Amino acid sequence: MQTKRRVFLKGSLAASAAGLAVGAGLLSPRTVLASEWPTAAFDATKMDAGLNELFGSADAADSGDVSVKAPDIAENGAVVPVTVESSIADANQVAIFVSKNPTPLVASFDLTGANPFVSTRIRMGETDNVTGVVNSGGKLYKASKEVKVTIGGCGG
Amino acid sequence: MSIRMRISPAGDVLDVKALIRHPMESGNREDKSTGEKIPANYIQKLMVMVNGETVMDGNLSEAVSKNPYLNIKVPGAKGDEVKISWTSNTGESDEAAQSA
Repeated sequence: MQTKRRVFLKGSLAASAAGLAVGAGLLSPRTVLASEWPTAAFDATKMDAGLNELFGSADAADSGDVSVKAPDIAENGAVVPVTVESSIADANQVAIFVSKNPTPLVASFDLTGANPFVSTRIRMGETDNVTGVVNSGGKLYKASKEVKVTIGGCGG
Repeated sequence: MSIRMRISPAGDVLDVKALIRHPMESGNREDKSTGEKIPANYIQKLMVMVNGETVMDGNLSEAVSKNPYLNIKVPGAKGDEVKISWTSNTGESDEAAQSA
């Protein structure tokens, strides 16, 4: 609890400093510094906890408007091509999760103009679902695709 | 370290394919000759800007593969400048810009 409060205070200080800089005309609003890397969301060892830390909710509805493309079988878990795409209007965040990875959150993207489309290559420890989660106005939508992994890509 | 980009304009959207040279060390691997753990070294922040405006603010982890590949679609047209920048957990950073 104490540590969380510290983190919160640190975050709010940084936010107010950025606010002052914007007010003073040092930074234009659209080119404000990158948001802070969401440490707690990436450290979470369960997918629900990661969702909660990232979005403030783990309540994601399965949706046909989110698509996850990935191979049926990945020989090498170190390089699994994944594409997450959505047709949901006003999608403002896209995240990729692999539930059985030691820390399930793989990546998240805040969209401030970019389309809800991300294609990348990720590491998977074992056969598992790749889940794409899209946030639109605080509502979460998701879709999953199972990938059979022959050789895991987390250790080495 | 390098960032390579290929940008294809399609209507009012730029299809951006980027390849970033980076080891994305998870911190779990051992150096086989010394038996010591190789420290974590991976990209955490990845920003994409078009003509100076941030269009995507990305957060990556050690679960993104070595030499990260990213294909995204951003607003823009031929001639617009796309800039990609990253910062790692070790505090290193790099950036590259290219006109569509």
